[in-house]
Amino acid sequence: MSIFFAILVITAKNPVHSILYLILTFFTFTIHYILLNAQFLAIVNFIVYMGAILVLFLYTLMLINLNKEAEPVKSNLVKIAATIGGICFLATIMGSLRALNPSNPVVLQDPNLGLVKNLGKVLFNEFLLPFEVSSILLLSAMVGAVLLATKESKPAA
Amino acid sequence: MQNLTQTIQAIPLNHYILLSAIIFSIGVIGVLVRRNAIVIFMSVELMLNAVNLLLTAFSVYRGDAAGQVFVFFIMALAAAEVAIGLAIIVMIYRNTNSIDINVLNRLKW
Repeated sequence: MSIFFAILVITAKNPVHSILYLILTFFTFTIHYILLNAQFLAIVNFIVYMGAILVLFLYTLMLINLNKEAEPVKSNLVKIAATIGGICFLATIMGSLRALNPSNPVVLQDPNLGLVKNLGKVLFNEFLLPFEVSSILLLSAMVGAVLLATKESKPAA
Repeated sequence: MQNLTQTIQAIPLNHYILLSAIIFSIGVIGVLVRRNAIVIFMSVELMLNAVNLLLTAFSVYRGDAAGQVFVFFIMALAAAEVAIGLAIIVMIYRNTNSIDINVLNRLKW
């Protein structure tokens, strides 16, 4: 399953199809959440990522129809250097992982850990302040996005 | 069905770490290789998702719900970041008629 994943994401490098591949990747992430019994996160991932964010990407891509201009290609040297850098990063993590002992399997101790009821209790008791702060963050982001997107057209109109 | 669930949940923690590391490095490579601003944003999303998956796996591993709450906050933050970033990209496109990252190199210093 992991290999399937990685191949899928690598193919997401190609053209404007990459957004569609990204949707598939997020879908497999959702499946992973369900397998981890984190149902609330699975639903949120499904709605927020695959619904909102990907539609936002597609919409922007439609707004900026970049089909006519081919993407400027970086020189091969930079590309190879970047790939080698990424692989070195991966090798570092894998090496440090191998230095550890083999880990225990992920066993679900509490079967209703990821359910909406339990998460809601935690969210609104211990994490009430961060929750409110994140709501303020979302509000300010919304206002900022609207401001940025309409700034140019206002003097013209 | 119960047996299947037991089998699936017997995945070692190392595999989750490895999967997240692979996806994170793919995101890093994507940021470094591509020059299209939108694709770079998508790579950033990929990295965020890798971190989310790892946090969830640790949360299930420890039996602690705080990790999943944190993933929820990261998702909210990612949504805000994408909204702002795409607005900026649209504005750049309006000004320069391209979404090539190299146009922005006059922002240096």
